[in-house]
Amino acid sequence: MDNSLVLLLLLTPFVGFLFNVFFGKKAGKTISGAIGTLAVAVSFVMSVYFFMQLNTSGKPIAVTLFDWIQIGKLQINFGILLDQLSLLWLLFVTGIGSLIHLYSISYMHDDENMHKFFAYLNLFVFFMITLVVGSNLLVMFIGWEGVGLCSYLLIGFWYKNQDYNDAAKKAFIMNRIGDLGFLIGIFILAYTFNTLDFLNLGHSITQFHNLPIPNGVDAWPLLSIAALCLFIGATGKSAQLPLYTWLPDAMAGPTPVSALIHAATMVTAGIFMITRMNFLFDVTPEVQNIIAIVGAITALVAASIGLLQNDIKKVLAYSTVSQLGLMFLALGLGAYNVAVFHVITHAFFKACLFLGSGSVIHALHGEQDMRKMGGLRKAMPITFATMLISTLAIAGIFPFAGFWSKDEILMTAFEHNKVLWIVGSIASIMTAFYMFRLMYLTFFRDFRGTEEQKHHLHESPSLITLPLIILAGLATVGGLINLPKPIGNGWLNHFLEPILATKHKEESIFEGNALMLMAIALTGAIIGIIWAYSKYIKQGFVPKEDAEIVGFSKTIYNKYYVDEVYTALIVKPINALSNFFRTTLEPALGNVIYGFGSAANGLSNLGKSLQTGSIGLYLFAFVIGVLALVSYLFLAQ
Amino acid sequence: MNNILNQIGIENYIFLSILLFCIGVFGVLYRRNAIIVFMSIEIMLNAVNLLFVAFSTYHQDAKGQVFVFFSMAVAAAEVAVGLALLVSVFRNIGSVDISNLKNLKG
Repeated sequence: MDNSLVLLLLLTPFVGFLFNVFFGKKAGKTISGAIGTLAVAVSFVMSVYFFMQLNTSGKPIAVTLFDWIQIGKLQINFGILLDQLSLLWLLFVTGIGSLIHLYSISYMHDDENMHKFFAYLNLFVFFMITLVVGSNLLVMFIGWEGVGLCSYLLIGFWYKNQDYNDAAKKAFIMNRIGDLGFLIGIFILAYTFNTLDFLNLGHSITQFHNLPIPNGVDAWPLLSIAALCLFIGATGKSAQLPLYTWLPDAMAGPTPVSALIHAATMVTAGIFMITRMNFLFDVTPEVQNIIAIVGAITALVAASIGLLQNDIKKVLAYSTVSQLGLMFLALGLGAYNVAVFHVITHAFFKACLFLGSGSVIHALHGEQDMRKMGGLRKAMPITFATMLISTLAIAGIFPFAGFWSKDEILMTAFEHNKVLWIVGSIASIMTAFYMFRLMYLTFFRDFRGTEEQKHHLHESPSLITLPLIILAGLATVGGLINLPKPIGNGWLNHFLEPILATKHKEESIFEGNALMLMAIALTGAIIGIIWAYSKYIKQGFVPKEDAEIVGFSKTIYNKYYVDEVYTALIVKPINALSNFFRTTLEPALGNVIYGFGSAANGLSNLGKSLQTGSIGLYLFAFVIGVLALVSYLFLAQ
Repeated sequence: MNNILNQIGIENYIFLSILLFCIGVFGVLYRRNAIIVFMSIEIMLNAVNLLFVAFSTYHQDAKGQVFVFFSMAVAAAEVAVGLALLVSVFRNIGSVDISNLKNLKG
């Protein structure tokens, strides 16, 4: 029973994908969209079912579909593991996925390739589910690569624009760099433990931990390297320094894609993976330190870039990078449950923000520059209200979801390292500022676009606003799942306990220090909001044209020239090398090869002239040859 | 058995064989008619057969004679094939002059 239900959960989106690939065009846009949405909704229902089952029984569901690879002692099954962690991820991946599919029916309705869009989205959900439910690292890797592929396909969905194709390629290549790290990490673990199964690995590493010198070989450095490699994989997928540059460019894809893949689900895969492997990271504290530092720096850098971006989706993209940085900060401090909490709340409000920005872009017929927006509040009340709620949530205003989760991250940071706390807090203040800057520029004061656009301003249809309302609702109450004591009972913390190797001593308690930290965080957020208010509402400041930006702002506006640095340091040398190979090495090698060819050709031409076709001559040569042989034999004796 | 070789010495057989063989070789080299070339080859073959038989008697060993039987059987088969080829060549070209057979020029 469970087996077939698990397969239903896993394969329905794939069936949706197949349908949309083969019959989508014939079926028409509405049916294609409906099937795509239904396929994901079925998975969501199954996730809820398994979640209920887990909640009552408390036992994870493990299913082995088939034996996959057996080499020597290494055995890998194609197994599925539905435990607390994977079910949480499943719930929000398929839940938010369904909402975004629903939204896309309306949003993509004018696109001629709508069936293709839904096919890719379904395929993405399928791979994301594979990633999440895999019971070992290799199954996870299939999903990991698959979502990367779908991300590539969807970023370049409007393939007629060369810039979009370039963005897609950039995302793919950046991810590939990280994936190489991930793969090496997998190899090291397979080599060391002869298994890739999460449960066995956890068991082995915990045992390993207790032995002073395992098997007479000092394998500890190997474990650290493995952890570091896995983290490199995570930086690629989850857009952390130094591999984050693909995510802002990935905004070239349609907005629902940005919401689903590049905000709510795929980019959290790195966090999922590290949480899955928490037993490994717990025993490699030096790697944890690196994770915390990288996370904090990413949060700060991305937030500061977000301050001055004018493209509404770019602001959200940098905000995503920054929030992911905060999650990594929590991971690095060993607070996996806190990171997961923030992943979930972030998925709610960031999906809502992206879908809201999509609604705005839809209303403005593709305009993404906030300098040409403004005053949309009256024309689009629902979009405005839902986005405002999500903005409050991401800024960390009480009592919205983001307040609770971000606050827990900052609190954890405060307990471990004050510097990290300060960095995180500054990033949070910046977040509050740029998010309200976005709101003020988009929805307040007067409309700055063309007259024609103004004439056509309208609220989006209900298929677009419905997901917005649901997500805004979740962004409001999402914090409930993990309220600190004594107001709540930290449900998520308890729920996640079975999958964490190290139990956390400190419960987040709502008193003393914690209360003060909350107050500080709240004040910081409000300062950010007031700062934005005074600049963009009171003074009515509108960001300048690109050419007029000077000084340090220009550096930030141009994203610290990171792309340019990468181009100069990596892309250009590689291009130069390829060019050298193409213009010098290849012809040189080619000439050698051709040399052999033409030498053989010349020799055969020479030999050809012997073959005159005169049988008399052949016979003569034959007799001479025999004579020569015979006389040689005589002489040799 | 020895008396045959006593009457005519073994060396005479050898000379005869050499002579026959050389006739064959020169026939092959100098004649243009394919049939005569073919006959010359047969002469060479028979020269060798003669030598075989002579030595077989000389050594009191029947193996040489057995070998000759095989050789003759193979030669008969070869003649059949060779003549068939010649007939076919003649039908196609209208001559059996080997200097006309130059289609396989490289």
